[in-house]
Amino acid sequence: MPKLLETSLGVINVGLAQFAQTVTAAGGAATQVDWQPPALGDRAAGMALARLTGDARIEQANARAFAAFLGAVPVLRGIGAAGDTLPGMGERMILHAGPPIEWPRMCGPMQGAIVGAILYEGWANDADEARALAASGELAFEPCHHHAAVGPMAGAISPSMPVWIVEDAARGARAFSNINEGLGKALRFGAYGPEVLQRLKWIECSLAPALGTALGLLGGLELKPLVAQALIMGDEVHNRNAAASALLLRRLAPALARARLPHEELAQALEFMAGNEHFFLNISMALCKLALDAAHGVAGSSMVSAMSRNGVEFGIRVSGLGDRWFNAPAAAIDGLYFAGYGANDAARDLGDSSITETAGFGGFSMAAAPGIVKFVGGTPEDATANSLRMRHITLGESDSFQLPALDFRGAPCGIDLRLVVDASIEPVINTGIAHREAGIGQIGAGLTRAPLACFIQALCALDDELNGR
Amino acid sequence: MPALLRIVHNTYRDSVSLMQLSARIAGLAGVQQASVVMATEGNLALLREAGLLEGVVEASPSDLLAVAQGDSEDAVRAALDEAERGLAGGASAGPRRAPRESAPRSIRMALEAQPDANLALISTPGEYAAAEALKALRLGLNVMLFSDNVSLADEVLLKREAEARGLLVMGPDCGTSIIAGVPLGFANAVRRGPIGVVGASGTGLQQVTSLVDQAGVGVSHALGTGGRDLKADVGGATMLRAIDELAADAGTRVIVLVSKPPARAVAEKVLARASASGKPVIACFLGATAAEVERGGVRAAATLEQAAAMAVAAARGEPYTADAPRLPHFTGPRLAPGQRYVRGLYSGGTFCYEATLLLSQTLEDVHSNTPVGGAAALADVWQSRGHTLVDLGGDEFTRGRPHPMIDHRLRNERLVREAADAAVAVILLDVVLGYGAHSDPAAEMLPALRAARAAAQRGGREIALVGFVCGTERDPQDFARQSAALAEAGVILAASNAQAARTAATIALRHAETARN
Repeated sequence: MPKLLETSLGVINVGLAQFAQTVTAAGGAATQVDWQPPALGDRAAGMALARLTGDARIEQANARAFAAFLGAVPVLRGIGAAGDTLPGMGERMILHAGPPIEWPRMCGPMQGAIVGAILYEGWANDADEARALAASGELAFEPCHHHAAVGPMAGAISPSMPVWIVEDAARGARAFSNINEGLGKALRFGAYGPEVLQRLKWIECSLAPALGTALGLLGGLELKPLVAQALIMGDEVHNRNAAASALLLRRLAPALARARLPHEELAQALEFMAGNEHFFLNISMALCKLALDAAHGVAGSSMVSAMSRNGVEFGIRVSGLGDRWFNAPAAAIDGLYFAGYGANDAARDLGDSSITETAGFGGFSMAAAPGIVKFVGGTPEDATANSLRMRHITLGESDSFQLPALDFRGAPCGIDLRLVVDASIEPVINTGIAHREAGIGQIGAGLTRAPLACFIQALCALDDELNGR
Repeated sequence: MPALLRIVHNTYRDSVSLMQLSARIAGLAGVQQASVVMATEGNLALLREAGLLEGVVEASPSDLLAVAQGDSEDAVRAALDEAERGLAGGASAGPRRAPRESAPRSIRMALEAQPDANLALISTPGEYAAAEALKALRLGLNVMLFSDNVSLADEVLLKREAEARGLLVMGPDCGTSIIAGVPLGFANAVRRGPIGVVGASGTGLQQVTSLVDQAGVGVSHALGTGGRDLKADVGGATMLRAIDELAADAGTRVIVLVSKPPARAVAEKVLARASASGKPVIACFLGATAAEVERGGVRAAATLEQAAAMAVAAARGEPYTADAPRLPHFTGPRLAPGQRYVRGLYSGGTFCYEATLLLSQTLEDVHSNTPVGGAAALADVWQSRGHTLVDLGGDEFTRGRPHPMIDHRLRNERLVREAADAAVAVILLDVVLGYGAHSDPAAEMLPALRAARAAAQRGGREIALVGFVCGTERDPQDFARQSAALAEAGVILAASNAQAARTAATIALRHAETARN
């Protein structure tokens, strides 16, 4: 360490701005910090943050976790039934989005989706019976995240539902997601009418087998190149999947055509996929989950490995903190609404899809998708600024996914919770808005932020873990 | 009234732009609901559900549909016109801005912007300051901690961390440093030169460095340690490190140490280290005897002024000969027999401390809120008794108020009040210039100085106003102009704090003798 007086003075000024002006007026170099008390002014958490800053154990653990994250090679391998495929999936179990939550506390859309899943499985004859069954304690409700899976919005996955299988060609690990049902009335928004259940059955019985066959013929589908191309084409693969869905269809259509399907089945499958610009979303989520699971479980790492919402709470998990969730109340969303709806109709932030931001897509890659920022009345410049800002809370940049608007720099990824708390920069999330009542569906889209409180809790837990008390 | 609709054929806009446009026209006066969408089947169904659309619409999915419902036909038509204009004009509003990096929000972010930074200057509220300092150290930065209200435990923690990393922590409560000519915090514009200063007090550093500058010699570095560094708990960690740095610094030929007397064990360590520095060291431990301080290479100075003079002599390679204390020439005010007391109103804590020491050597009945020597503690800091010297920068005065070097109001009020006291003979004042201090202290003080003299006159008295200006000719406030303005207002100006204090004591003593005779 060079002695202070032997090197030329460079000052970082935290506090009274006049001191920085004095330094520069005297010919010195000074950078003013736009300071606010870290950790929402919680002094103890602020000291924990200071203790964890520059901790070599964390830096090494993060380097390992981040390398594992970058090293994942996601391949879309096929389709399976959730009950047969998901690790630990029980026979009478329904998975949901976000951190753990019991039936009575679930938000409207999630309860609706659970009712729908019960009816879909044939465990009840009508909605009232389904609600009674859900409330009876006979069924197990667990987070998708506890079963290597992710689901958008309510994220309801029951044993009969088909799931995408995304496999890591590097490690053989797998991650899963359900199949996107399209916009409008859908189970993920809590709708469980006959048309919703019929569509789910069609997906199970017709579309999923066809997709499975096509993927078999393709021998799997490498996802990194597809997503990289989609980013260049204006997607951030969370709230905008137009390009990725088209690219996926381009890969699948010829294989489907060779799958010897009955003509009407083939036509329906192609029409369904062509009509859904978010068809790729669930695959995007699964590949993010796969890469983040690769980074999870590195002792001492402060890298965030999941961010997710159950409509009541926002929860995060951290690589070095095992299976614990760190939760805070889910935020309201700043967004635009479809005709006839407004902020009063909106559910709170919901869904596992913020796994995409955790992996550096969505709000973090907003520079790739300037269109998205208009959801909050922003400009393409705001989109770029958002991506630049996220760079300050991440461990690095993606070596696979580039952002053209940032001179093809990599997408910022690998959230370090210390950086979030230090700079009070909350991860930005692009998201859809569900109606707060079950079954009405998506009523808008917008931006939200991962609450700082989750990161502060996790920070204190990591301090306990590493520095004991 | 029913909704009106307008179709724009064969025009595509992305849904997000359209939602934005919809939100805009729905917000126009007199509009209840409005929507602009591509006329796809799904969108038409949504509009029907929202009650904005009835019957069959002659539009294809590649057409745009604007629909609005409102209080009057005019309002609705205006909304649809606005929608069409919005479609024609593109969705973006406002001038283009280049994407820019936001200002750094943490030390770490600032370090990304300025990777060769080597010092964090921290002046946040005290309760957060220790954490910021610890982060800075852990990121490899030296620290100047201007903030006060940092606990002793945190200070010890920070200084241990710094020691382990070979870094320097100046502070907490370090008001002044100068590194390689760059002023940090409250500091004077002093020329560069061979004298390095380490001080536990900000105003002590300001006095020594200013007097060195006035003598035509310069300062290599002035390093503040914070007021508690030399307490037993902290063990002089910063002063020891600073002595090492100055010992190793090629530009430093003479070292000055400024402090209240340290804890005995700490003093031994500090003086041993100073003695081993290989450079001449002047130690001004205010209130300590020369015998307690002096050893090989280390000489004691009784006052800040003497420390500066000894350092200047050493830097010039001349012997220091202790002159009799010099006092300014003045024509004494005509004091009434009852005027006996000195009242010192200080903005600088060390000035108050040093003056209290000096006054209590020659006067009886000396009181202070920071008592030292023979002085007694003031029972009520707001109420003077006998000879009283107050540090108006003390916690009891600054709670909820700016420091008196920045805001003169509190001192001005007290100045007038003291002058109205028939027992007061002399009012003693410090005027601190330099970065961080008020931009024109003389101008701030003049009305109060006039009011003070007027208050005395109303009682048929005159009063002696004695002060000194701590500063240099290059300070932003202009030393000469400040001095002239104060002299013009009748202030007897001494060259240093020690001289001002002695002048006050002399006036009080002479008058006491005159009154007796």
